[in-house]
Amino acid sequence: MTVLPYLVAGWIFLIGVYGLVTSRDLIHAVGCLAVTQSSTYVLLLAVGYRDGGTAPVFADAPTDSRVVDPVVQALALTDIVVGATVTALLLALVVQLRKRHGTVDPDALSELKG
Amino acid sequence: MDTARLLPLVVAAPLIGAAVLVATGRRLPRLASDVLGCAFATVTAVLALLVLFRAGHPGPEAYPVEWVGGWRPVGGRGVGIVLVGDPLGAGLAALASLLVVAVLVYSWRYFEEPPRRHTGSFPALILVFQAGMCGFALTGDLFNAFVFFELMGVVAYALTGFRVEEPKPLQGALAFGVVNSLGAYVTLLGITLLYARTGELGFAQIGRKLDAGEPDGLVLAAFVLVTTGLLVKAAAVPFHFWLPDAHAVAPTPVCMLLSGVMVELGVYGVARVYWTVFAGPGGLAHADFTRALLVLGVLTALLGAVMCWQQRHLKRLLAFSTVSHTGLFLIGVAVLTPEGISGTALYVLGHAGVKAALFACAGVLLDRYASVDEHELFGRARELPEVGALFAVGGLALCGLPPFGSGLGKAIAEEAAGHTAGWLLALYVLVSAVTGGAVLRAGLRIFAGVGRRPRDGQESGPETTGEEEPETGRRLGRIPVPLLAVPAALLAGSLALGVIPAVASAVDRAGALFTDTGGYRRSVLDGRAAAVPASVPPHWQATGILLGLLSTALAITLATLAVRRPVRTGTAALLAPVRRLQSGHIGDYVAWLVAGTALLTVLTVPGVR
Repeated sequence: MTVLPYLVAGWIFLIGVYGLVTSRDLIHAVGCLAVTQSSTYVLLLAVGYRDGGTAPVFADAPTDSRVVDPVVQALALTDIVVGATVTALLLALVVQLRKRHGTVDPDALSELKG
Repeated sequence: MDTARLLPLVVAAPLIGAAVLVATGRRLPRLASDVLGCAFATVTAVLALLVLFRAGHPGPEAYPVEWVGGWRPVGGRGVGIVLVGDPLGAGLAALASLLVVAVLVYSWRYFEEPPRRHTGSFPALILVFQAGMCGFALTGDLFNAFVFFELMGVVAYALTGFRVEEPKPLQGALAFGVVNSLGAYVTLLGITLLYARTGELGFAQIGRKLDAGEPDGLVLAAFVLVTTGLLVKAAAVPFHFWLPDAHAVAPTPVCMLLSGVMVELGVYGVARVYWTVFAGPGGLAHADFTRALLVLGVLTALLGAVMCWQQRHLKRLLAFSTVSHTGLFLIGVAVLTPEGISGTALYVLGHAGVKAALFACAGVLLDRYASVDEHELFGRARELPEVGALFAVGGLALCGLPPFGSGLGKAIAEEAAGHTAGWLLALYVLVSAVTGGAVLRAGLRIFAGVGRRPRDGQESGPETTGEEEPETGRRLGRIPVPLLAVPAALLAGSLALGVIPAVASAVDRAGALFTDTGGYRRSVLDGRAAAVPASVPPHWQATGILLGLLSTALAITLATLAVRRPVRTGTAALLAPVRRLQSGHIGDYVAWLVAGTALLTVLTVPGVR
C-alpha cells in the first residue's frame, strides 16, 4: 500500500474545487461538485484497502481469510446514494433556471447581489 | 416505555408521515393533507418532548442510549449505529419539531393554491426536513451525522427552490446546494481520516481511541475538515455567503425553519463533535479550539451586524441578523464552559421563536403588498397594527430585552464570554443592538411611517430590493388567523423561556452534561449512568438585566436616528466593498469556502505539538 491513492484523492478534490471556482456554466459546476465528491470515494476505498485482501464475502472463502474493510464499502455506497440525490436535484434546478432565466452562466445571475 | 426506545421513533415518525403524504397526498383534499402533516409533526414533537423531560435527571436516564437493531459494541469496538438522547440534543429535536408544527399551521393559509396534483408535497418535504434535523440532533455516530446533515440539506435546497416558476429562488437554492454539499463532502473527508486513524465511527469510540495516542497533523486535519462542513451549515464567516441568498428567496415558512433551527444545528454540530471527539488529550487543545472559534465567531457577529444594518430587503435583513447571531452562538461555544453552552442553548431557543415570528410577519407583508422592501413599503402597513405590534415586540426581543428567553440566554452567554475576555461583553451588547435596531428601524418605517420617506438612489453599490410575487395565489385582503396566531404564539413561547425558572435550570443541567466528555463516553460505551453535577441554576442577575436594557435602549436610539436622518452616501460608500463580496456568484462562494478552510487551519496549527 502506497501513499499514492491518498494523493490521488486530494488531487481529485482540488481539481473539482478549481472547476467550481472558475466555472462559466452551471451544468459544468454541478459536474465539478460530483468530481469533488468522487475524491471521497477514492479516499474511503484507500483507507479500507488491505494488501492481498479479497472481497468481504465469506460464502465461498474461509472465515479467517484476509479481506478488505467492508465498512468503508458500505460508507462509499451510502455516499454514492447521497451524491446521486444531490446531483439530480441540483441539475433539476439548473434545468428550471434555464427555462425561467434563459441562461446557465453564473456570471449572468446577478439578482442576489449585496 | 423505555426512554431510549423512543429515540428511533423521533426520526422514523416524520419519515413515515412523509411517505404517507407522498402516497396519498395527491388524492386527498388540501385540508386533509395539511391535517395529516400537522398530526405527524405533532406526534414527533410529543415524542421528542417526552425524551427531553425524562433525560437529564440523575440515574440511568440521564443519557438515553439506543443501539439501533440491538448492535451493541463488543469490547469497546462499535459495529452498530447509536442514537443518544442527551438533554441538549433532545432539546434541539424538540425545538425543531415544535417549529415544524408552527410552520405547518402557518402555511395552512399561506400557500393559497398548491401546484396542481401536488397537494401534500410541501408538508411531506417539511416532514423529511424534520426527520433530518431530529436525526442530526440525536445521532451519536459521525457518519450518521453526515447522512442526516445531507438529508436536511437536500430537503432544504428543494424547499428553497420550491417556487420553481421564479428565477430568484432557483438561484438561491443553487448557491445553497453547491456550497453546502461541498461542505458536507469536506466533512466526509475528515470523517474518513478519523476512521483511518481509529477504525471507529461513533463519537465516543473515536474520542477514546484518539486519547490513547498523541495529537498530530492527521488529527488536526480531520478536525479542520469535519468542522468546515459544520461551519458552512452554521453560516460562519467566510462560509456564510449562501445564507442570505437562500433565506431571502425561500418561501417564508421555510425561512422560519432555516433561520430558526437549521443554522443553529450547525453550531450544535461543532460543539458536539468537539466535546465528544476532540476534547480529550489526544484531540485539539482547548486553547487552540477557543482561539479558532473565537476569531470566526467575532468576525461573523460583526460582519453579520454590518450587513444587516445595510439591507432594505426585509428577509435579507433578517437573514443577516441570523448570521450575526450565529457569531454570538459560536462565541458562546468557543469559551468552552458549561455556562457558555447552556447560555447559548437558551439563546438559541429564544432566538428561534423570535426570528421565526419576525419572518412570519415579513411573510404577511409579502402576501399583502407583494413586497418586502423597507423603502417601498414606507408607511403603507399602518393599517396592520397587530402585525406591527408583533414585529416591534420581535425586534425588542431580538435586542435581548428582559424577560424574553433570548434576553436571558444572551445574559448568561455574555457573562460566560466575559469571563474569557472582557471586551466580548461589549460585542454582545453592540451586535444585538445593531441587529435589533435594524429590525426596529424597518418596523418604524413600514408600520408607523416615521421620519422622512427614503428616496432611492442614495446608496451606491449593489442593492437588493424586495419586490417579489406574493406567495399566495392572489394578494391577501384580510389577514387569516393562523398568519397572526403563529407569530404571537412563537413570541409568547420565547417570553415563557425567560420567565419560567425551570427552563433555565434544565438548560443548565443540559450544559453541564454536554461538557462532561468522560460522562458521555461512559454512558454510551459502558452503559454507566452519568452523574448530573449540582450547580446554581442560572437566573436573571442585575448585570444581565442592565446589559439587556442597555442594548435595547441602544437599538431604539439607533433606529430612531436612522429614521430621522437617512444614511449619508459617505458611509454607504465606505461599506460598499463589504457588500460587493456578496456577489451571488457560486464560484466566489466556493473560493471563500476554501479560504475559510485555510484560515481555520492557520488558527489551529499551533495545536500540533
